[in-house]
Amino acid sequence: MKKQLDENPIFPEQYELFEKKLAGGPITRRSFFKRMGAGIASYIVVSDLLAGPFAESFSEGEDEDTIAAWIHVNEAGKITCYTGKVEVGQNIRTSLAQVVAEELFVQVEDIHFIMGDTLLTPYDRGTFGSLTTPQMAPKLRKAAASVRELLIATAAKEWNIGSTSLQMEQGIVFHPTNGEKLSYAQLANGKKLAQRVNKEVHVVPVEEWKIAGTSVPKVNGKSYITGRHVYVSDLVLPDMQYGKVLRPPYLNAKLKTLDTSEAEKVKGVKVVQEGDFVGVTAPDSTTAKMALAMISAEWERKQQPSRKQLFSHLKENANNQPDKKPNVEEAFAKGAKKVTSSFHVDYIAHSPLEPRAGVAEWNKGELNVWTGTQRPFGVQEELEREFGIAKEKIRVRMPDTGSGYGGKHTGEAGVEAAKLARAIGKPVKVNWTREEEFMWAYCRPAGLIEVRGAVDNNGKLVAWEMFNYNSGGAGLESPYDVPAKHQQFISSDTPLRQGSYRALASTANVFAIESVMNDLALEQGKDPMKFRMEHLSDERLKRVLKETASKFGWEEEKRPNRGFGLACGFVKGGYVATCAEVHVDPDTKELKVLRLVTGFECGAIINPRHLKSQVLGCVLQGLGGALFEAIDFDNGQILNPAFSSYRVPRFKDIPETEVLLVNRPDLPPAGAGEAPIIGVAPAIRNAIQDVTGERINSLPLVPSGKIMT
Amino acid sequence: MKINVNGKSHTIKVSANPTLLEVLREQLELTGTKYGCGEAACGACKVMLDGTPVPACITPAVSAQGKEITTIEGLEKDGKLHPVQEAFLEEDVFQCAYCASGMIVSAVALLERNANPSRDQIIEAMNGNICRCCTYPQIMEAIDKAKSRKA
Repeated sequence: MKKQLDENPIFPEQYELFEKKLAGGPITRRSFFKRMGAGIASYIVVSDLLAGPFAESFSEGEDEDTIAAWIHVNEAGKITCYTGKVEVGQNIRTSLAQVVAEELFVQVEDIHFIMGDTLLTPYDRGTFGSLTTPQMAPKLRKAAASVRELLIATAAKEWNIGSTSLQMEQGIVFHPTNGEKLSYAQLANGKKLAQRVNKEVHVVPVEEWKIAGTSVPKVNGKSYITGRHVYVSDLVLPDMQYGKVLRPPYLNAKLKTLDTSEAEKVKGVKVVQEGDFVGVTAPDSTTAKMALAMISAEWERKQQPSRKQLFSHLKENANNQPDKKPNVEEAFAKGAKKVTSSFHVDYIAHSPLEPRAGVAEWNKGELNVWTGTQRPFGVQEELEREFGIAKEKIRVRMPDTGSGYGGKHTGEAGVEAAKLARAIGKPVKVNWTREEEFMWAYCRPAGLIEVRGAVDNNGKLVAWEMFNYNSGGAGLESPYDVPAKHQQFISSDTPLRQGSYRALASTANVFAIESVMNDLALEQGKDPMKFRMEHLSDERLKRVLKETASKFGWEEEKRPNRGFGLACGFVKGGYVATCAEVHVDPDTKELKVLRLVTGFECGAIINPRHLKSQVLGCVLQGLGGALFEAIDFDNGQILNPAFSSYRVPRFKDIPETEVLLVNRPDLPPAGAGEAPIIGVAPAIRNAIQDVTGERINSLPLVPSGKIMT
Repeated sequence: MKINVNGKSHTIKVSANPTLLEVLREQLELTGTKYGCGEAACGACKVMLDGTPVPACITPAVSAQGKEITTIEGLEKDGKLHPVQEAFLEEDVFQCAYCASGMIVSAVALLERNANPSRDQIIEAMNGNICRCCTYPQIMEAIDKAKSRKA
């Protein structure tokens, strides 16, 4: 008879570790230890994560018994954590290892992480939404503590004593009286123990943290600065061919005519065609590139909206109409001062420095794919659909990758490599070019945002209305107190392919909210900081705003032609405020962002240096979308698909920066890779207004570098 | 054709007129040098040709004949990191680190030309290198550290 795991006390000899079928094959207790080797393990199931914050991010009916992570100590004492989360530069490989090392009384170097491998790691929906730290970190902490309990109980059994008095240090358990000791290797030797995480397990209190909470450097840091780390684009398999895919010059084009005869004549080149999918392979990428250029094709161009029509297109093709709420209308009628504004937010590109890359190999009907994706299990499903083979026959691996920012939720390059590899019967690598990345990946959604706000004669915010067309509902709800409000996301027809981007629509929505709040303050001749504080009741946000403004010197006198601006908000448990100082040349109208001060609070801090790096990275990447980034397109053609024409922040663009981290050891940690981006654009916009009086209501704010009036 | 990379001579195939980047990565298995844009606009592929930082992605391999090529793999000598690598490691600069090789090679080339560059000179020299994670302030700190050690 199979027994439920959590009914079992310690040493559950008769359990079935993974009763449910997992992606990557049903893992039974026997196959688990066969795969991992004997040892001692603790695991987390999905329902353990459901109890935590952000439970709503799981879809209904998700298998609650699906294993979500585990930690295993093998017979050599090696500690390995398995999680489907992936490393794309957030340095979670480091922060999660810190949390585990802390509980197991070992060093960070003693913790090994296997991440994002559909065969070896448990199912995971993906690494996005700032969920790794709030969900995975606290649970891995408990899983590690549970492993510690198992190790201690094993030692106690060995010595035939009670477990309460046992001490452990650096991977060794000490006998309380006779000086004997047992290493984790000795304890795990010959064992096949696994237990579900003990929810009530004692964890090391945050105040006693020695490893977590400190600036441990990036795990494997040396391999990156020596060029040794193997990204997917670097991977080489025996007899591997280099693949290229034929792209139309326009989006949504249909293949009309095709002539591959010249390309086929090139030695070593194979041409693959499946409907509109045309690709070539060659023994080296130089030849593949050349062969691709030798293909002649004509494409049928489809009429489609251009950037000029973007915002009217989004409004005219809306899938619903804005609802008007009677109570909000009434409140507006009573308002003394009103602001009504429309905001335009352009499409921008993630442009991760490592373009999409995929390597695929078929072996007796089984498919192996390596690709840089934030959703390896999602890519496994893409491949399942594409090739109609069972998931169990598909293994997707995700080596630590050259960033994503929300832009790598898909597996295009992996799918293309697999198609080509199947056709030619050899492994294939497909590395996208920068132009492909700009044209064929997806963008941060463009948006049209309409906002109305009103204050009464006492300066009290009385009515608020906000409609977001297309860019998304994240961050749509204003954090400010107002008795009558209505906000609505209205989906529309998007001319360009769009998807997730760091902080989703919060960047756009907070830009609109913080701009209108600023305008409302100025309409009344009020200080924008005071006006905000009067309407905030969230203590965490108030604190971070106050401390940031104070660090920035909000009250201080400004030098000529300089302006101050601020903005604040919260995303997924991260509270942020940004203050900006800008200079606008009175003659040339040229803008210079001089200083950005960002305050951030996301609960307990696990790694201060890496947290600061994430905050700064968000702020400075956000500078691009705030000031100059925009995808330009005309009737299906992307007009700036290159770094020479699509400007991203560089050394010269970087202002003086300061980061203020507010540590709250009393609160669970939240993610930091998203929230700090939201304040940049509105803080700069408001600072520009402070100098020039101009209200700029579009992102990017100053694509030409000059304030246009 | 023969080229000299990191102090070693290699025979390479050039009949298809490959770029230096393609030769390094595919023929010599030196994958530390990265592709980022293919138009010399991002710096991910920077290598040194006789000490000058050049974008390998637009440099024809044949043009490197007779020159001393140094890649990221050639900076470490006898298992000892180059002082600039050392500084980048200590400053724990990177997030995804895909730009790391190009950044470090550019910084090494700068400090070899000018042992004590000003802040503006550093920015000028490094402006062709993109870090999409925007770890620019940390990179500046690492270069400052390497510089002060050299001085």
